[in-house]
Amino acid sequence: MDFVAAIGRIFLAFLSHVGRLSAFAGTALSHIVRPPFYPRLTLRAMVEIGYYSLPVVGLTAVFTGMVLALQSYSGFSRFAAESAVATVVVLSITRELAPVLAGLMVAGRIGASMAAEIGTMRVTEQIDALTTLSTNPFKYLVAPRLLAGLLMVPCLVLVADIIGVFGGYIVGVYKLGFNPSSYLARTWEFLEPIDVISGLTKAAVFGFIISLMGCYHGYYSRGGAQGVGAATTNSVVSAAIMILIFNYVITALYFGK
Amino acid sequence: MTAPAKIVLSDVHKSFGKKVVLDGADLSVAKGESVVIIGGSGTGKSVLLKSILGILRPEKGSITVDGEEVIGMRSKARDRMMLKFGMLFQGSALFDSLKVWQNVAFGLIQGRGMDRDQAHAIAIEKLAQVGLAESAGELFPAELSGGMQKRVALARAIATSPEIIFFDEPTTGLDPIMADVINDLIVECTKELGATTLSITHDMASARKIADRIAMLYKGRLIWVGAAKDIDHSGNEYVDQFIHGRAEGPIKMELRA
Ligand SMILES: Nc1ncnc2c1ncn2[C@@H]1O[C@H](COP(=O)(O)OP(=O)(O)OP(=O)(O)O)[C@@H](O)[C@H]1O
Ligand SMILES: [Mg+2]
Repeated sequence: MDFVAAIGRIFLAFLSHVGRLSAFAGTALSHIVRPPFYPRLTLRAMVEIGYYSLPVVGLTAVFTGMVLALQSYSGFSRFAAESAVATVVVLSITRELAPVLAGLMVAGRIGASMAAEIGTMRVTEQIDALTTLSTNPFKYLVAPRLLAGLLMVPCLVLVADIIGVFGGYIVGVYKLGFNPSSYLARTWEFLEPIDVISGLTKAAVFGFIISLMGCYHGYYSRGGAQGVGAATTNSVVSAAIMILIFNYVITALYFGK
Repeated sequence: MTAPAKIVLSDVHKSFGKKVVLDGADLSVAKGESVVIIGGSGTGKSVLLKSILGILRPEKGSITVDGEEVIGMRSKARDRMMLKFGMLFQGSALFDSLKVWQNVAFGLIQGRGMDRDQAHAIAIEKLAQVGLAESAGELFPAELSGGMQKRVALARAIATSPEIIFFDEPTTGLDPIMADVINDLIVECTKELGATTLSITHDMASARKIADRIAMLYKGRLIWVGAAKDIDHSGNEYVDQFIHGRAEGPIKMELRA
């Protein structure tokens, strides 16, 4: 009986979390579209997410592209399909690896810092102070970050696409001895708009998830430094898990059949 | 009381889990009046103020401000109502990402849409009133001492010249001379600007100076409410024990080994 009760409790706790998160997301979305807007804060969040994440995302992309070229070359040589390397690199990067890896890296960088910042504001009563100064915390804190995540992660992924392909090109040409112009021709040959577009769709969803989890866990953190620490961890873990789940869902929607 | 009631609490109950904090609190504050709440540490004075502000939601009872019920008020109506309020938080709750003057000007710029130059001038003026130089306005809150932060928070609370101002321990952590300057400032807010104020203090000298009426909170109720001049012959043994700071009496400190 105790066991069943425990499972029931966990399930109920899970449902109440889902409910609270949905309500949070709904409220935040409604504040994105209704004035007053905070363009300054949105811009600042966009710079924080887009610009300052460039090095880490770029580094991830270039090494992923390089590894991908090496791996597929050695794997495909078993059935004499080395010529497919360029195509494999560009398809894997644009469809999968750039959005997922960039999403995970940004979740670690941005989700954590959002949760820590908003969480600290919560436990030091700064969020309460906002409301007493007639400023809605959803509008002032959450909406700019959600919007910035939604817009900037696709930009990052577009850059990661280019850098990742470039990484593959470097290895392909300088290490594996492909002819530069035929490697590039191969890269373009089978690439279709949907490959890039599906990747950017993922990026937008991931960006939204990252900001949402950062803000949500920060907003509901309690109890001081320890609570803020827990909020930071939870925001990164839950964003990462949701990114992996939504990655599958979006892939299935685009390429399911 | 001839003036109409500005804030009316009736039968307000608030608990956290099993812990009952407010247990049927009744209080009425007239327009232009200064009421001081006294009571032991942890009796729920801050909770009382936060309930009026809608930061905490009581389970039972009614709180009206200008005749409008605030418990369960919608967020838009609340944002509007907050324009009437100024609040000094016990822990200051300054925005640590903003400079001192931006903190003070926050309610003017964000809440009321004033332009920055004008708001800056008012912020500097308010800082001067709490004994802080213009140069302090360019610092960040983390660069100030605790007492200075408190004064900045006070300047922020009064910057918009609100109709109703709450001061949660305004003089705690200040030297006696500065405390008296702040007392004078609070008196000025009520006497000259006609604000309705509700303050919390442990400092009886300060309470005598700023209060028209004093209310004592004990075990979740306001057990004594009377004119400040009557505090020394209240005929209430709890009040007597409190204002003389005696360890012996009907109020037993719950000390645990
Ligand atoms: N957010 C909260 N969650 C749980 N309990 C709380 C919360 N806020 C306050 N309490 C409890 O409510 C009681 C009253 O707290 P409150 O801050 O109102 O005390 P206070 O009268 O202002 O004391 P002090 O003079 O020390 O500031 C305390 O016992 C505290 O434990
Ligand atoms: Mg308190």
